[in-house]
Amino acid sequence: MKRLAPYLLILPGGLWLAIFLVVPMVFMASVSTQEGDVVNGFAQTFNFSVYGDALMQYKTQFLRSAGYGLVATVVSIALAYPMAYWIAFKGGNRKSTYLLLVLLPFFVSFVLRTVSWRFLLADDGMLLAPLKSAGLLPEDFHVLQTTFAVIGGLVYNYLPFMILPIYVALERVDPKVVEAAQDLYAARREAFTKIVLPLSLPGVFAGVLMTFVPMTADYVNAGILGGPENTMIGNIIQTEYLVNNDYPTAAALSFTLMAAMLIGIFAYAKALGTENVLEAAAR
Amino acid sequence: MTEIQVGTEAADAASRSPQTPAIELDEVVKEYVSHGEVVQAVKGVTLTIAEGEFFSLLGPSGCGKTTTMRMIAGFEDPSRGNVRLHGQDVTNVPPNRRDVNMVFQSYALFPHMNVWENVAFGLRRKKVAEAEIKRRVGEILEIVDLTGREKRRPREMSGGQQQRVALARALVNNPRALLLDEPLGALDLKLRQAMQIELKRIQREVGITFVYVTHDQSEALTMSDRIAVMNDGMVEQLGTPREIYERPATAFVAGFIGTSNLLSGTVDCLRSGFAVLRLGDEDQVLAEGGSFSAGEPIAITVRPEKIGISTEEPTGDLSIVRGIVSEVVYLGLYNSYTVSLAQGAEVTVFQQNALDSTSTAERGDAVWLSWRPQHSYAIGS
Repeated sequence: MKRLAPYLLILPGGLWLAIFLVVPMVFMASVSTQEGDVVNGFAQTFNFSVYGDALMQYKTQFLRSAGYGLVATVVSIALAYPMAYWIAFKGGNRKSTYLLLVLLPFFVSFVLRTVSWRFLLADDGMLLAPLKSAGLLPEDFHVLQTTFAVIGGLVYNYLPFMILPIYVALERVDPKVVEAAQDLYAARREAFTKIVLPLSLPGVFAGVLMTFVPMTADYVNAGILGGPENTMIGNIIQTEYLVNNDYPTAAALSFTLMAAMLIGIFAYAKALGTENVLEAAAR
Repeated sequence: MTEIQVGTEAADAASRSPQTPAIELDEVVKEYVSHGEVVQAVKGVTLTIAEGEFFSLLGPSGCGKTTTMRMIAGFEDPSRGNVRLHGQDVTNVPPNRRDVNMVFQSYALFPHMNVWENVAFGLRRKKVAEAEIKRRVGEILEIVDLTGREKRRPREMSGGQQQRVALARALVNNPRALLLDEPLGALDLKLRQAMQIELKRIQREVGITFVYVTHDQSEALTMSDRIAVMNDGMVEQLGTPREIYERPATAFVAGFIGTSNLLSGTVDCLRSGFAVLRLGDEDQVLAEGGSFSAGEPIAITVRPEKIGISTEEPTGDLSIVRGIVSEVVYLGLYNSYTVSLAQGAEVTVFQQNALDSTSTAERGDAVWLSWRPQHSYAIGS
């Protein structure tokens, strides 16, 4: 019984993943190489060419998604790091209050939040209309249906996932270690670059993993805030599946996206792995 | 921002004359606001610490000793008063520009750096040439006996080893003073005692001024040249370990350092420089120190190991009191007796188990306690 206990702990979660992740994945992998249509049904033909065709057809959206994901990740780090730093080192005994504020948007539906941005930023909405009538902005100025709006939405929606891991990493940095650096002739800036920053990088690393992947695959922001020029790969998959009922193409795109992101993440981990970064910082 | 006031080695040596005190604190006060009230953590401390001295700040937690040290290091700004290092006023100089280094209580080693990088950190900030860094780090690691462990990370080392890395990391910079904040607190007893001797050896070897903060009186007595006993933000007594132990100036010092008996009574008369104290009818206590007049109430201290205990009346010009043994505790090295005096006071007596381990008196025995007059001192209130 005692030796079985660890396995019992993993059983519920393991079963859950097996049933709801592995089984559908195998099923979708099978669908991706089938041919046919929704009326006459699909048959397995091991048609692997769908992968190449889909990738060529939607190359632009793939690259755009990666670009949006990358820019949004960088912007998220720039916004999240100072916030996490402030909460961790200057938050005093109100740290949990500030963290709750960071998490507050999660209490409102993801779609609802994004749709309300649409109202806020509409061409004649409450923000732009007064500025336009005051002559501060040209009449044809718009925010919606631009790259800016989509990336802004992505950053807004995923920011807490960047703040939290960075905060956790910074919280664990012993203030005495920073004092030790200052005691050893490091100016404030050096104490940050040599001590605090390297010690918090695992948090940044985790934050990137937790935001880059869902942001790149996101379709809500591009769908609600973007225009035809901002279509991301998530939107294409959604359309192929739900509108065109082209299940094989949708499945093939999904797997291609997944593979691309896994490769990207592994390359990132290898190049910027925590150990490597820390080694470099120690010099 | 890269300019660091630590100067070159030559300039260092020139200003390190033995006449200039390493550290001077001049009426230093530290106040902070807590719940809307001004609290004084340090209430006007004045100290002069000589070059090459092993100086301890000793006191219970909350006595202001750590705050005092942090003001020397530059982590706390004094509310009033001045801090001078080698005659130079550094009151408003930030810690990274002060040529003192600190060994932190929890070591505060850089967890992402190995031993070598930890120790080289200060020299690299001072932009010392790489070859010179190599030589000095190698040298100091040898002194603290860590040669061969350069590539270890702090978390891969034992507490005692981490302690020595912390020491090396500070000492390698050849600071004007090394500040140690309860550095042995996290070690077990055996290792702590070994490190005390080790620290003293290293201090003699490098000849740097050590300022040592501790609440452990035996640690302070073992290592220090001089001790400042602090209580409630003030220095109660300043002196050599022997002075502090043998002649405690206040009741607090007497109680805090070792075990002490405190007896109070009135001065009966003066005899050959000693005050004769009346406690009970047959008791006479002679005390040194200060000038007294007959009828004056005073308190005296006497250490338990200075007192002889016997079931027969002792003779000679001794302080003699009578009492009943209320407790005998065998402690291996010595027996501890608690003796109740007629007027209610209790006296603790230590008797070494040198000759035979049978106790001279049992619980309930009537005994005479005696000690030489020079072993009891009248103390201020």
